[in-house]
Amino acid sequence: MEERKSKIRQFLSRFFRSREIGDEEDIFELGFVNSLLAMQLVSFIEKEFGVAVEDEDLDLDNFRSIAALDALVERKRAAHAAV
Amino acid sequence: MPPSELVSAEAETARLPVSPAAAPAGMWLELSAEQQAARREFRAFADEHVVPNAARWDREGRIDAEAIDAVRRRGWLGALLPAAAGGGAMDPVTYGLLTEEIGRGCSSLRSLLTVHEMASVAVARWGGRELKQEVLGSLARGERIAALALTEPEAGSDAKSLQTSVRQDGGEGGDWVLDGRKRWITFGMVADLFLLFARHADGLAAFLVPADAPGLGRRPIADVVGTRAAALAELELAGCRVPARYLVGRVGFGFSHVAASALDQGRYSVAWGAVGVSQACLEASREHTARRRQFGKPLAEHQLVQQKLTDMIVETRAARLLCYRAGHLRRQGDPSAAAETLLAKYYASRAAVRAALDAVQLHGAEGLCAANPLERYLRDAKVTEIIEGSTQILQSLIPRHPLPEL
Repeated sequence: MEERKSKIRQFLSRFFRSREIGDEEDIFELGFVNSLLAMQLVSFIEKEFGVAVEDEDLDLDNFRSIAALDALVERKRAAHAAV
Repeated sequence: MPPSELVSAEAETARLPVSPAAAPAGMWLELSAEQQAARREFRAFADEHVVPNAARWDREGRIDAEAIDAVRRRGWLGALLPAAAGGGAMDPVTYGLLTEEIGRGCSSLRSLLTVHEMASVAVARWGGRELKQEVLGSLARGERIAALALTEPEAGSDAKSLQTSVRQDGGEGGDWVLDGRKRWITFGMVADLFLLFARHADGLAAFLVPADAPGLGRRPIADVVGTRAAALAELELAGCRVPARYLVGRVGFGFSHVAASALDQGRYSVAWGAVGVSQACLEASREHTARRRQFGKPLAEHQLVQQKLTDMIVETRAARLLCYRAGHLRRQGDPSAAAETLLAKYYASRAAVRAALDAVQLHGAEGLCAANPLERYLRDAKVTEIIEGSTQILQSLIPRHPLPEL
């Protein structure tokens, strides 16, 4: 889980170069998230962790922080494994 | 509502094709044998069916239904949609080659591929299961044509300022009711479905709106300068109703995810189409400058003419390489693909305008004559600098987004 968070942090650091982002920090409040980054974030989650982000996952709380993204991946993997 | 058109039980969960395992690793600059064969097929089709008719379509302001049927029969409307839904599951680079070749012949027909794929890809990506089950098959087979309805009279580059409103009648599960106007809707006069964006109290939202939905009217926009056969429309929504399941994505994510997916696809397609225009300008200029003699020798032997030809050759190839790069990343599902697509669209559209200007210049008075395709290339090239993110919008986006090292 920590390794996953580390990968998410590393991806986000490309966009937030000037600061270290905490696990619970709200990336939307930092003011840099536009539609292009939002889309890249979805692509990153899908490619890096092998999960499919779907329409029902479109909830800001799923994308708000490193911890939230990590939890989203965990839920998607658990749901996939249960099928 | 149309009946379910599911071709496979898998279609409702079908995803867009991303096949990292199939993509070559490491440095990549060559087409596979399959891609080269596909390009030959696309080129032959364009030379036979598109190039000879493009001037007439431009003059008449409409594309022959037979030509659209020919594209449909070959599976090129819905080429990117999953095979499970009946689509072509075409890899993005091959799709780019198709778009270039159609764009080399006629930017209006290329625009049909662009807008249909923009809307269809976004529905495949963000539509709910029920909606996808209902419409994805017909979109994948090109049986129904889709268009994008984002722009409004007062909301162009500032797309998020759109004023078209939506409310849900009777709360959750009720119809969505839309009011407002949309403008500059490419192929809006022939589309069967619109991916349409509206403002809800909780944020922007996207909907699939059938052309025959109650409360939707459309009228043509005539006498435009470029892509004159692209059946532009203005839409009027007056209490237009669609069922709850026609929401695409979720309310509040209409721009950030649904429109963003569609625009990203559109930029990729327009970039390749612009390469096609540049290539057409180059081929016409090579032929003309080799044949026409002035001051006792072919134009091509004059150094100032050679300079223009050189710029055209190099810039066309540079644009194509940026498109290949974007396509390669798209095929891999790489998060950088969207940012690289911005570069490809930015460069290719500007290169197309430069190529068209130079080609007209090299042709002299002939280049300004409607009997010659050069003036059409120039008009159509300019459109690529305005649609799916103008040059100026891309100039504001590109420096703000990190790119992987090359």
